[in-house]
Amino acid sequence: MIRLENVGLRYGMGPEVLRDVSFSIERGSFQFLTGPSGAGKTSLMRLMFLALKPTRGLMSLFEHDVATLSRSSLPTLRRRIGVVFQDFRLLEHLTTYENVALPLRVMGRDEADYRVDVLELLSWVGLGERAHVHPPVLSGGEKQRAAIARAVITQPELLLADEPTGNVDPTLARRLLRLFFELNRLGTAIIIATHDIGLMDQYDARRLVLNNGRMHIYD
Amino acid sequence: MASDPRDQAPPVAADADPAAAEAEIEDVQDVAATPHPRPNPIVPPTSLASRALFFVVAIMSFLACITVGAVAVIGDAASEWQTDIAQEVTIQVRPMNGEETRQALAELVALVRGMPGVSEARALSEDEIRDLLEPWLGAGAEFDELPVPRLVVVEIDRDNPPDIGEMRRLVQSAVPGASLDDHDRWQSRLRVMANTLVAGGLGILLLVLSATVLSVVFATRGAMASNRDVVEVLHLVGAKEAFIARQFERHFLRLGFKGGLAGGILALATFGVISWIVGQFAATPAGDQIDALFGPMSIGWPAILGILGTIILVALLTAITSRLAVFHFLKVFD
Ligand SMILES: Nc1ncnc2c1ncn2[C@@H]1O[C@H](COP(=O)(O)OP(=O)(O)OP(=O)(O)O)[C@@H](O)[C@H]1O
Ligand SMILES: [Mg+2]
Repeated sequence: MIRLENVGLRYGMGPEVLRDVSFSIERGSFQFLTGPSGAGKTSLMRLMFLALKPTRGLMSLFEHDVATLSRSSLPTLRRRIGVVFQDFRLLEHLTTYENVALPLRVMGRDEADYRVDVLELLSWVGLGERAHVHPPVLSGGEKQRAAIARAVITQPELLLADEPTGNVDPTLARRLLRLFFELNRLGTAIIIATHDIGLMDQYDARRLVLNNGRMHIYD
Repeated sequence: MASDPRDQAPPVAADADPAAAEAEIEDVQDVAATPHPRPNPIVPPTSLASRALFFVVAIMSFLACITVGAVAVIGDAASEWQTDIAQEVTIQVRPMNGEETRQALAELVALVRGMPGVSEARALSEDEIRDLLEPWLGAGAEFDELPVPRLVVVEIDRDNPPDIGEMRRLVQSAVPGASLDDHDRWQSRLRVMANTLVAGGLGILLLVLSATVLSVVFATRGAMASNRDVVEVLHLVGAKEAFIARQFERHFLRLGFKGGLAGGILALATFGVISWIVGQFAATPAGDQIDALFGPMSIGWPAILGILGTIILVALLTAITSRLAVFHFLKVFD
């Protein structure tokens, strides 16, 4: 569902942060994306959720060549992708509940139709009690769980999670990872960016390793 | 696992502790049953907090409404002048000695009455002439010693107007010192003046509305820029541009309407005060002069409708402008 061939990426006139990256992601697959800080994980994620376009190389997403995508087709593609941002990107003036429900609201769905689903998911990630508070009063880990809930609420075809366990204790990290596996079992392709070796060692999954802008793959 | 009710509700199908899960389910249904509070707007209204913009829109709307109202009053009065004047022509008879004048007047009245298109003709009496001249000459003036011309007022059947040129020729050949005045010069001057004022008013209106548009563009850009993160998140969760634009537009439509209304009401109040002041003069000779010169100055329906239209125009303009500004912002956003 995603193919990259010799993709390069640079910010402005800076150096290339991704160099000759080639890989593909299959439907329903599960993989970790890892590498040292500054290796370009977040940048690669940005390419995959269409916030950036490659400066060179070929990239296709859901069988669309991203170089020829029109701006108006972006929302439809993005609705098939769930993203957990490294910095959460929760909207501070909305409650936790409203933040998690945002992708559904944006699709024009009726609140009465999704209220139970959203509350159920919130209580599953342990935020049942925090549904109606605003993000500024949430702890780092709570924000992270809200961000994850928002990414998975639409059951996307592809989930991109950037350091989704960076702010939680190991037990909760395992629990959240199980959520991802569960989602994967239901058919979502998952890419988790992390440098938590301990977490990756617990699960036997494909690893994409970025180092200095280059990609090595361990199947 | 199969007995877990949440197997039917992915993606939250897995839980290690079924007992805890049961408790959570009840929890959820409790919360779900209580009515959810009204959802917060996606774009925080306080971040748009443009009280300044409200005042700008209100002031602009006030100026626009005043202009529209003034244009309507002038247009109204101008059309009144034209209809009044076209209804009537006057024949002026140069002063002669008493007997000759009377004869000439009688002759003229008879002549004109016989013409097609004339519904009535009447010579003004000396008293009426005196009344007409009094404001200029003062109450005590001795008319007998002044060579004052006499007038025949000819009322015209406007459905079947006479040939004024022909009438003028006949009048002049019947009574050599008589002249016919169809107020054409007056009329065309007044018309030019009124049209100039109306054109000037429309020009001012255009400037005021342009200034409104510009302030709204700047305010929208500011609001978008300070909500950059919100716009970004909306993009990333797959919001269409029309959806994002609607979030901003809604706010600006409300703001535009409120500002427009405030300015409009102030303008109406101003007109109310002006017509009250004019009303205070109505009974005095000066007031009669104003009336005679400009027609009755009244805030009629055209002015009120114009003002209401302006309020709506300002609100719509605000909304449309901010919508365009939002789309433009989104286009250059990436
Ligand atoms: N918006 C940007 N403009 C310019 N340079 C950037 C930008 N974002 C990232 N970079 C640079 O690109 C490189 C890769 O950054 P990136 O955020 O992708 O790394 P990362 O692997 O996610 O790191 P971390 O593990 O710390 O999150 C870094 O050198 C960074 O400075
Ligand atoms: Mg990163």
